[in-house]
Amino acid sequence: MASLTRSREKQQQVVRLDQEKLSVREINEYLHHRVRDGARVEIANPDGQHNLAVGLDADIDVDILGHAGYYIAGMNKRARVTIHGSVGWSVGENIMSGSVRVKGNASECAAASGHGGLVVVEGDASSRCGISMKGVDIVVGGSVGHVSAFMAQAGTLVVCGDAGPALGDSLYEAVIYVRGKVHSLGADAREEALGKTDHAKLTDLLGKAGIDLNPKDFKRIASARKLYHWNSDHQDDY
Amino acid sequence: MAKQKPRTVPLQVSTEESYSYNRHVLEYIHQAAERGLYDIRGLGAKRKMPTFDDLVFLTASLSRYPLEGYREKCVTKTVLGTRFAKKPIELKIPIMVAGMSFGALSGRAKEAIGRAATALGTSTTTGDGGMTAEERESSKTLIYQCLPSRYGFNPDDLRKADAIEVVIGQGAKPGGGGMLLGQKISARVARMRTLPEGIDQRSACRHPDWTGPDDLTIKINELREITGWRVPIFIKFGATRVKNDVKLAVKAGADVIVIDGMQGGTAATQQVFIEHAGIPTIAAVRQAVDALEEMDMVGKVQLIISGGIRTGADVAKAIALGADAVAIGQGVLMALGCNGSYALDGKKHRDVTKDYLALGVRPGTCHHCHTGKCPVGVTTQNDDLALRLDPAEGAHRLKNYFNVLSMELATLARACGKSNVHHMEPEDLVALTVEAAAMARVPLAGTNWIPGLGGK
Ligand code: SF4
Repeated sequence: MASLTRSREKQQQVVRLDQEKLSVREINEYLHHRVRDGARVEIANPDGQHNLAVGLDADIDVDILGHAGYYIAGMNKRARVTIHGSVGWSVGENIMSGSVRVKGNASECAAASGHGGLVVVEGDASSRCGISMKGVDIVVGGSVGHVSAFMAQAGTLVVCGDAGPALGDSLYEAVIYVRGKVHSLGADAREEALGKTDHAKLTDLLGKAGIDLNPKDFKRIASARKLYHWNSDHQDDY
Repeated sequence: MAKQKPRTVPLQVSTEESYSYNRHVLEYIHQAAERGLYDIRGLGAKRKMPTFDDLVFLTASLSRYPLEGYREKCVTKTVLGTRFAKKPIELKIPIMVAGMSFGALSGRAKEAIGRAATALGTSTTTGDGGMTAEERESSKTLIYQCLPSRYGFNPDDLRKADAIEVVIGQGAKPGGGGMLLGQKISARVARMRTLPEGIDQRSACRHPDWTGPDDLTIKINELREITGWRVPIFIKFGATRVKNDVKLAVKAGADVIVIDGMQGGTAATQQVFIEHAGIPTIAAVRQAVDALEEMDMVGKVQLIISGGIRTGADVAKAIALGADAVAIGQGVLMALGCNGSYALDGKKHRDVTKDYLALGVRPGTCHHCHTGKCPVGVTTQNDDLALRLDPAEGAHRLKNYFNVLSMELATLARACGKSNVHHMEPEDLVALTVEAAAMARVPLAGTNWIPGLGGK
């Protein structure tokens, strides 16, 4: 709550960085060293540039005003980054905390290996969304492509649309919820009944993402844990 | 007279073994049939192959002038990462410790390595599973690996690193992912890797957030942006199509390239991988140097060679062929007691041969790092076994080992008339076998003949 009020107080003081006048290096340098907690920064004319707002570690709000390239908000800590457009590969990769919101669509590997925090893609995400995720929560308003949540270790992937082939292949302890059709499940992933905790988790994440849907309409997909130990009996599952 | 019966018992037991179906192959087939599982093991390739042993130096005589062995200075200082990094790494010796994870190795083994490396003025490298606070503390120069699994990978440790090594593969298993069997996934290891305790971990072999060299270029820039372009970025791969891979890595923006030949070790992978994938280190060096020369990148992008570097002579030969530094993994484990018959516990030095026997091996034939039951406590996560290695004693021995290597290196360099080990050159070498001559592209001893290039 404290941080919310603080950032609201400072909302008047918006710093505007124009990518047409500043290099990606200069923008990141500013975001790493020259902002105080509670600040709000806008990046104008992102122009599809890669690596904008990567490695942030501050309690700040960053708005990227347009489409951007690869690795936007990669390895984010604490900051809340919003992209007012679509992004290329690996948005919010290895995110630790804070949040990343894509107003448009995200290309491949969204939130790859994310350890914590929240990534919201309001449109569609492409293949390998949530690959190797390690604790991040991901909410996709649209659909996800093939092999999403591949080897997902921990965290939650919520897909409000459909999921492509081989969803949750080689899942560990991460849990996936899908509202639409699942093209196919990957090795060791299975559908399970929705429980009470699933309800609460979905309500919470949909709320945070600002998406108004009924948790009851989702299915739960989790690991069958057959591949946790290595033996030849499950040879055909690979 | 009774009729003689035909002889059914041979005069003596046959000793005629099949070459194709020899004892090793029989054992392989019998075990595969019995267990239905392929073999997993540690260390590197054990098969015979061309190595640095097949090269010798043409030291100085009348046509070249040697340096005084015990008096004149021979520089060993090595700088890595001069291409883009604001803070390149400076090492006192061109001999580094290869990446080995906490998980594969015990915390005490990692500590011994960190202490020794710091005293020697060289570097250590993390492994699959992230950086421990202990290793950061004990190592002055620490290289942080960015691996496909991204276990424990985080921006705080990234910013603490002195260099970042993007690992594409390793010599023991180029094209394969890491492996850590359940016995070694202790509570702490599991926590660091966000995995359930005791599962058999088989890591990804592809990075989660990029696939080809073009994406890698952007990925490298991301790592540079996060670290403010301060530290060098290494790219490491197992030696297969070395020339093409080096060129792509240079193009992707590497400061330093690390090539691990097929003798490179591992804590666990499939035996078939260890023995049948990749090319020997001696061939890899030459191909890498060719690629750098063709791109006019010699001296701009540094080259680190690893995989079966054991002796000062190996180091000298790798450097003469064009490496800027070497990295050692298995030799380090051996300095810490691996395959020795007693524990280096700082006190009693108890004989542990019976623990080797319990694993079905003897001191000298062990490669059972994957079991977590290392008889000398180096590659284990079992607290009792780990106590068999005393970090201070381990550090002392490792320091001795690396000192011997650098003294031998300087001895050969001086004898070649070089006041700086980095001035050694391929012309200082000849080969003892046709294979080595062809791979290292130096003449067969006593001739000017380089297979494939001609000469007499
Ligand atoms: S002695 Fe230990 S480190 Fe050496 S091969 Fe055996 S298990 Fe591995």
